[in-house]
Amino acid sequence: MRIQVLGTGCAKCRTLTANAEQAVRELGLGVKVEKVEDIKEIMKFGVMTTPALVLDGKVRATGKVLPPHAIKEMLSL
Amino acid sequence: MSAAPQEVAVATTRPERDPRSLRLHGLLGLALGLWVALYLVIQPAANLLTHRILGLDPATHLGSAVAFFLFEVPKVLLLLVLVVFGVGVVRSFFTPERTRAILSGKRESAGNVLAALLGVVTPFCSCSAVPLFLGFVEVGIPLGVTLSFLISAPMVNEVALVLLFGLFGWKVAAIYMGTGLAIAVGAGWILGRLKLEKWVEGWVYESMGSAGTVEEEHLTFADRLQKGIEAVREIVGKVWPYVLAGIAVGAGVHGYVPEGLLAGIMGKGAWWSVPLAVVIGVPMYSNAAGIIPVVQALLEKGAALGTVLAFMMSVIGLSLPEMIILRKVLRPRLIATFVGIVAGGILVVGYLFNAIF
Repeated sequence: MRIQVLGTGCAKCRTLTANAEQAVRELGLGVKVEKVEDIKEIMKFGVMTTPALVLDGKVRATGKVLPPHAIKEMLSL
Repeated sequence: MSAAPQEVAVATTRPERDPRSLRLHGLLGLALGLWVALYLVIQPAANLLTHRILGLDPATHLGSAVAFFLFEVPKVLLLLVLVVFGVGVVRSFFTPERTRAILSGKRESAGNVLAALLGVVTPFCSCSAVPLFLGFVEVGIPLGVTLSFLISAPMVNEVALVLLFGLFGWKVAAIYMGTGLAIAVGAGWILGRLKLEKWVEGWVYESMGSAGTVEEEHLTFADRLQKGIEAVREIVGKVWPYVLAGIAVGAGVHGYVPEGLLAGIMGKGAWWSVPLAVVIGVPMYSNAAGIIPVVQALLEKGAALGTVLAFMMSVIGLSLPEMIILRKVLRPRLIATFVGIVAGGILVVGYLFNAIF
């Protein structure tokens, strides 16, 4: 499972990253949450609102700071 | 040419909630009814509190200030909750992806108007300015149209409108919205005509065509209401201390400061007050709620409406942080032209309103 958070570095992106890391911890997945901050890389995913959450290369949420429990739900599916 | 993984548009539906839908509508109706009841009760309650319970005479400075505060705080907060909720629900219909789809293929002029209007209802955070800009350019939306959107999105802000309406009446709010949109359309159109694409950073156009698609969410009515509630929690939760501070300042001014104190330097007579307001306002950034106390104080002390409007638009609509963010995609000359034309538009609005009112 590859977890990426897309964002250019504002507070919301940091919060989403922290929430994702918490979700990973609570599920015991041992995966590292990657932060993608380069705008050209972000554009490759086609997102227009950051922060965005990408799981295994697929964009799952844009423009929202998902709370840890919502991220856990997505990871468990 | 590499292609991002093609997403099939998946509709993520929630389980159907038909029997609960009625209950939901019922709850919504109840909440609105409660809101109206609360709203109607504020004025008498504020008076009661001030005069009977606190024992203050309304004719005194303190009494007048306190009555003002106790009336305005619940009134503005109630209005804020209602409007932010409403706008939150409306915004759930407008994703940036959908806005982009609507705007692509539209010519300028019509595109500028649509972009400015959509800027008001599409959810926008200034940190997303760059991805959004790129997203628009990628599908061939003209630069001028994109800029119309980027001008109206931060400037014509529902929090600002609610606060203006709550504190100064619907006319001021309507004027702010109307002129803000006019500037967005006009400036965007002019910038488009100037053919400034050459001043966009080169790599932006090179990366065209690499967009993947994001799955579209399917939202039920309940989801939309939920979005409204989230918006209230997020926005009102962040902004209420500023509102309180602002109204406290307003109350103090209302109760204590004599009328017309500022008329000399910021009134209609001082022609240089408008450019000064714009020059001071552009580099500043404040959220809409934070700048309103200043606006209120200025107006009550006799500053002219046009000058104050110009100041507010400059602060909210143009900001140094935003320009720094946009530097990633726009060359300094384009940014300078952009700021210049928008500031120019704001100047015109300022003078116009000083002349009319």
